[in-house]
Amino acid sequence: MSYIDPHIHMVSRTTDDYAAMAQAGCIAVTEPAFWAGFDRSSAQGFADYFDQLTRVEPKRAAGFGIQHFSWLCINPKEAEDPGFAREVIDLIPPLLDRPNVLGIGEIGLNKNSKNELLILEQQLALAADHDQLVLVHTPHLEDKLKGTRLIMDAIKRNGRLSPDRVLIDHVEEHTVGEVLSQGFWAGMTLYPQTKCTPARAADIVECYGQERLWVNSAGDWSRSDPLAVPKFQLELRRRGHGESVVQRLTFGNPQAFLSQNPKFLSTDGRDSQD
Amino acid sequence: MDRAAVTNRDFLDARAALLDVAAFLDRVDRAGGEDDFRVTALRAATTLLNDGDTERARRILEHLSDPTAGPIERAPSKGAAGAYDPESA
Repeated sequence: MSYIDPHIHMVSRTTDDYAAMAQAGCIAVTEPAFWAGFDRSSAQGFADYFDQLTRVEPKRAAGFGIQHFSWLCINPKEAEDPGFAREVIDLIPPLLDRPNVLGIGEIGLNKNSKNELLILEQQLALAADHDQLVLVHTPHLEDKLKGTRLIMDAIKRNGRLSPDRVLIDHVEEHTVGEVLSQGFWAGMTLYPQTKCTPARAADIVECYGQERLWVNSAGDWSRSDPLAVPKFQLELRRRGHGESVVQRLTFGNPQAFLSQNPKFLSTDGRDSQD
Repeated sequence: MDRAAVTNRDFLDARAALLDVAAFLDRVDRAGGEDDFRVTALRAATTLLNDGDTERARRILEHLSDPTAGPIERAPSKGAAGAYDPESA
């Protein structure tokens, strides 16, 4: 069965990972801009990274029949210096027309600081100004619950972003209910230690339903699994869920959200991409 | 899946996970010294496993979360510890 991994950091993965994902049925990925594991020393470092996301990775993915889409932003881990963050934000508007760019992301909070919140608000304004979809990163571990609430409050204060054009990612059992009840899309990230396992993600589906939910691997340079989405598909099948449920959560739902940007692939998943 | 099917499929995995928690706490105790805020929070979270209420995963995550509401003045680091440190407030 074809699937979409709507959040994975392929710049940190090997070409063998692309091959394994393609063999497992992956036909499209979307890659948000994130923290590289170190702080860039200049805005030019981000300009190079944005080129990698919009020009290099699509070609690498295409070698395996996988369509590659991206999201641009400055991530919250590098948002503690507002002046620097604004230099990076200023790079983004001319890049939004590139053929694989779907929106602004992954913006959000990390430690829930005032400066992180300020830069989040500025990037929400950027998304609204340019009518972009938004992919939101919620904080890790003990910071997630508070940060998720601060983020949703900031989106509501912005007032120009419809919740159905915003996906709030990395939800777990203590945040998914509030995210869905406020009309946002919710993403479940499948990580070996620090987010959801395939079993817990399947539990969340059974408790909260299939509406406005997707799953992703968020595979990156740390402990993560680029084949997490097919493992989630297997978990659903082992529990007796039908193929329509598997298809909806791993293809239909991400396609429905992402297709709000007409650059995203159409229903057969095989449209060409420049 | 009915109750028997869930138990048959997942019992051994849950047993192994529970033993990992028990062995971790034994290891910490053997190492001596005092618990830090993370181990204190973990010990308290284990009581939620069998308190007669449901939604244990949600309640454990809430128990380990920062209970404050507003943004902090400045990020002290980039990482997270896995449990809230009351002395960080």
